Amino acid sequence: MPWNLDDSRPIYLQLMERIQHDIVSGVYQPGDKLPSVRDLALDAAVNPNTMQKALSELERSGLVYSHRTSGRFITDDSTLLKKIKTDLAQEYISSFLEQMSHLGISGSETLEMIKQTLGGGDNETNS
Amino acid sequence: MRPILECQRLTKKYGNFYALSDLTFSLDRGQIVGLLGPNGSGKTTLIKLAAGLLVPTDGHIMINGLAPCTDTKKIVSYLPDRNFLNEHMRVRELLSFYKDFYENFSTERACKMLDSLEIDRHMQLQSLSKGTKEKVQLALVMSRVADLYILDEPIGGVDPAARDYILRTILTNYDENASILISTHLISDIENVLDRVIFLKSGQLALNASVDEIRTQYGKSVDVLFREVFKC
Repeated sequence: MPWNLDDSRPIYLQLMERIQHDIVSGVYQPGDKLPSVRDLALDAAVNPNTMQKALSELERSGLVYSHRTSGRFITDDSTLLKKIKTDLAQEYISSFLEQMSHLGISGSETLEMIKQTLGGGDNETNS
Repeated sequence: MRPILECQRLTKKYGNFYALSDLTFSLDRGQIVGLLGPNGSGKTTLIKLAAGLLVPTDGHIMINGLAPCTDTKKIVSYLPDRNFLNEHMRVRELLSFYKDFYENFSTERACKMLDSLEIDRHMQLQSLSKGTKEKVQLALVMSRVADLYILDEPIGGVDPAARDYILRTILTNYDENASILISTHLISDIENVLDRVIFLKSGQLALNASVDEIRTQYGKSVDVLFREVFKC
């Protein structure tokens, strides 16, 4: 999957978000070893120092930890993983609601539309 | 560790024209640095000074603590902005030519690059297209195990697919103590690969910052910032 980095925000932040996303969504399993900095940098086509910075920041957040000799691993702290997943979901919801309110659609209308899409999905898409 | 490249009040005059004036900066090891600026801002002059092809009018330029000389040329791998090889030579002859000249030239690395780029080693340089010539030259330059690579407009004539390959090659071959100084106008193509950028404006330093510092501070890419700073 391409990394799709955007132009306006710091690159290391985007790398962090991407790796975080991959961890939460299960591309990397808890306790897995992460690829090396160089391999990740090559894959993302970014400077290795930038990738290094992203990984150090993830280490500080506790999502990955490094083992002196054998590389970096994903945490197997399920509480932390769950918390990050919830935070991320919360973030998506906030930005979605913000966009809906830009369209002039109220909270209750949005909720109604979501219910319809979820519940009546079959009827609507098959028509 | 001492910086790989250091300029102190570096000035170069051509007649009465200041190509570079009072330029002070240093370049750390292990970094990939973009040298950016509009035409005539002094990029090539700076590079030629570092390569020892020009002598400063005033100030100093130092490679690993030494003024450019035979010793610094051993550790600097320089790609000029024009054809610098004998057009009649075949690619395989160029390989042994480079091997003769430079102790740190890796024929194996060069062959690997040439093969990936599907360049026929039996061809004469003059029978290759402009872009392919550039690829050959860059492959030769990047196949030296050097401390500092200085690339003057390395990917200008190369197609986008090969450009990606070349950038990947730079990332693969680059070791953590080596530095790369790369002058280019194709900022958006190489922005993600750079640690920092140096903006030159009429021979003076306009900006020296890391790519992520620029994005944090201005909320825009280096490419967009460049277009604003140097708007005509």
